[in-house]
Amino acid sequence: MSEATVNNGVNADALVAAREALTEAPQAAQFNWRASCEWKNGTHSHSTVEGFFGLGEEQKRSKTFAFDADHPEIFASEDLGATPVEYVLVGLASCLTAGVAAIAQYRDIQLKSVKATIEGDMDIQGILGIDDEVRNGFDGIKVTYEIDADAGRDDIEALVAQSQKRSAVYDIVTNPTAVTVEVK
Amino acid sequence: MVGAGHAGLAMSRCLAVRGIDHVVLERGEVANSWRTERWDSLRLLTPNWQSRLPGFGYEGDDPDGFRDMTQTVAFLQRYAEVISAPVETRTTVTSIRRDDEDYLVTTDRGEWRARSVVLASGACNLANVPKVADALPDGIASVHSFDYRNPDQLPAGGVLVVGASATGTQLGYEIHKSGRPVTLAVGEHIRVPRTYRGRDLMWWMDNAGVHDERWDEMDDINRARRVPSFQLTGTDDGSTLDLNAVTDIGVALVGRFAGLVDGKAQFSGSLLNQCALSDLKMNRLLNSFDEWAAEVGADADVEPSHRLDSTRVPEKPPLTLKLAEAGIGTVLWCTGYRPDLSWLEVDVLDRKGRICHEGGVTSSPGLYLMGMQFLRRRKSALIDGAADDADDLSEHLAAYLDG
Repeated sequence: MSEATVNNGVNADALVAAREALTEAPQAAQFNWRASCEWKNGTHSHSTVEGFFGLGEEQKRSKTFAFDADHPEIFASEDLGATPVEYVLVGLASCLTAGVAAIAQYRDIQLKSVKATIEGDMDIQGILGIDDEVRNGFDGIKVTYEIDADAGRDDIEALVAQSQKRSAVYDIVTNPTAVTVEVK
Repeated sequence: MVGAGHAGLAMSRCLAVRGIDHVVLERGEVANSWRTERWDSLRLLTPNWQSRLPGFGYEGDDPDGFRDMTQTVAFLQRYAEVISAPVETRTTVTSIRRDDEDYLVTTDRGEWRARSVVLASGACNLANVPKVADALPDGIASVHSFDYRNPDQLPAGGVLVVGASATGTQLGYEIHKSGRPVTLAVGEHIRVPRTYRGRDLMWWMDNAGVHDERWDEMDDINRARRVPSFQLTGTDDGSTLDLNAVTDIGVALVGRFAGLVDGKAQFSGSLLNQCALSDLKMNRLLNSFDEWAAEVGADADVEPSHRLDSTRVPEKPPLTLKLAEAGIGTVLWCTGYRPDLSWLEVDVLDRKGRICHEGGVTSSPGLYLMGMQFLRRRKSALIDGAADDADDLSEHLAAYLDG
């Protein structure tokens, strides 16, 4: 395995260069991520993601990304999109998977396929207000990876472990975050 | 030289050999931090044989033992005498600043003017206490390992020990044994076996060349310098103090201490991954030992290769703990230390107050640093690491004085 042959579609050199540049200029590392959400009807809402702030200035994208969220029919909703909690699962799985690819590139490991299944157990007595001792959120989240790569099992496990260590969404779901909600 | 610990004394010896006139300023007595800032049961993490200072080494008949603090102080005191180190004790440096080509060193016992200054005042002068400690409810004692001496100083009741490196696991173990139930909050930690294939860990680190890895050969030296120190203790029977050992006596593991709201501690959900990372890293280190042994033909001198059991992690560790209700009387912060260079009035600190240096050579000509984590080699912070660093830096210093 040589560096030249490993290609996971990640520009590891650019990531390393960015890391060095931001070490010198930490103020440019201050980012602001945003989404807007508009209520449609019932539990259906439509969210969009476009600009963000980073590297000291407002950043634009080539397109706007849209996300519909709703609840399934068994909750007497119209099922017009994934539930918000499923978006959390998507966020965690995609963050960890991106991390696996980046770290594999950095460690000269060629990936052939990476598949994650993610599930979160929830007792909905919490959100329905039936039992105050039951939390609203997940009891726990389980992610299972199937990875085919040019590496031994220990190296693959280390990829997945390191990806958790460096993941933003993993940090967000495993640690408390202060949330401020205001009405204009 | 500022500081008469192992680093300052080693440097003093190297300067004396080169015929360079110098003085060692020490705020207390020789080995002051070892005398006054350690808990009672602490023993060195390195065996007796592994304290090879320039022109001096272990003289006793227990090379594989681990010194307690009294023995450590006596060892360094004797070194200072053997090398006739010019130590000015009870002399506290209050400022160091540049004055033309020289450094002006102000102390509570007058001023010194020096062409060159070596900072050897240690890496562990101040306690790192998380800000959240201020939010602890009344009635719960907040103690840092810096001020901890023995379990008897703690109130009765449970103890939440925050941090699971050498300090947290050692103190968690002895406090739990004292009858105060311990909950141990575990973040990033580096698990290692005390004994591997019949040899002490330090024998492997030393012989396989890991301790001699150089700062200028590392991919990312800043990261290497920040890696937590080994989860380790000096034991007579060569047993390993890891999370499984503390779990065996009944200590409860929880995730990294993440916050405190209304008297309720919050723990990260990352415990499983922290332990998995640590097990994987340990196995990588042991693999490298095995490869080295095979390569140099040392397999016959050691026992067969083996692996430790994976760290046992509770299936659902609590994510919150109402401290008072859970009977916690003390939170013991084993969250590390940092150097105190508040008296250094030379522009060599970065935005976070850390001193910038290249292998102990600062950007201010004639100003050097000793005794820090991975200063020039992986072993730099060990007593055994002072000799090579002092040799290198005294050579640099001599060349500087020669202009």
